[in-house]
Amino acid sequence: MSKRSPCRTFVSYIDRSRIYYEAHGYEQPYTWACHTGTPFTPLDKPLSQCRVGLATTASREDLGKDVESLMLERHGYASRSEPPPERLFTEHLFWDKEATHTNDVESFLPLARLSEYARSGRIGAASPRFYGVPTDYSQGRTRRMQAPRILDWAREDGLDAMILSAL
Amino acid sequence: MCHQTVSLVARYLEESGIATVVIGSARDIVEECGVPRFLFIDFPLGNPCGRPGDVEMQRAILGLALDLLEKAWVPRTTVQAPFQWADDGWRDNFMRVDDDNREALARAGEERRRRQAGLKQGQA
Repeated sequence: MSKRSPCRTFVSYIDRSRIYYEAHGYEQPYTWACHTGTPFTPLDKPLSQCRVGLATTASREDLGKDVESLMLERHGYASRSEPPPERLFTEHLFWDKEATHTNDVESFLPLARLSEYARSGRIGAASPRFYGVPTDYSQGRTRRMQAPRILDWAREDGLDAMILSAL
Repeated sequence: MCHQTVSLVARYLEESGIATVVIGSARDIVEECGVPRFLFIDFPLGNPCGRPGDVEMQRAILGLALDLLEKAWVPRTTVQAPFQWADDGWRDNFMRVDDDNREALARAGEERRRRQAGLKQGQA
């Protein structure tokens, strides 16, 4: 379908959130991470020989739905992929709770689908664990505390690649 | 904020020799942060890997992410998945600010700051 629009069709969450929190009385807008350079690691072997993992910002624990609970969660985690969890907790995160729901874990963490690709030979193997990274306003905490832990777990599990899904 | 968090982790993993793909629906946040490979799903936030219960779509989206792992040859490669949400109402409704809710949002902000102040006092 073709149509015309006076603005871009996809939602700018940087713009939208600035206006939204300004309406909440926050005078200083959040400053988002912005990089000019970007690292790049190509696969060094065929995907059919690679071990691939999945990461999510959902939590294993019920943190409640108040946004303040987001500030309390500081711990990442690594959990067994088999069997896939029947549910993970997302209420503390800021996603569109009017338009959709997260009752189907595969809609944000497709562990069963990844296992299918492993069985079909598209990838070498699925990681025995998946990884949880807590959403944090602090970019420094994410870089200094969370990212190194995820890397350690990825190395322990012998990963070649990771797919990270954001709620 | 989830999109910025996974983007920062993806950058860290890439710097350390692990290839990554970010799947998400907040395109501007991921692209401003800058990631090697990004699969953009133009859905409301919450279901970046496909509509709930739609196994075929979920399989297709993960397949596109695997394609990116194999085929992207430069950083900041973005691919938009060819799926649309059933209606576009969410685009205007999410984080809406207008005359109907402006006062309620201001009150919610005041209440939130009170709770945060109490939380910080409790942690001190």
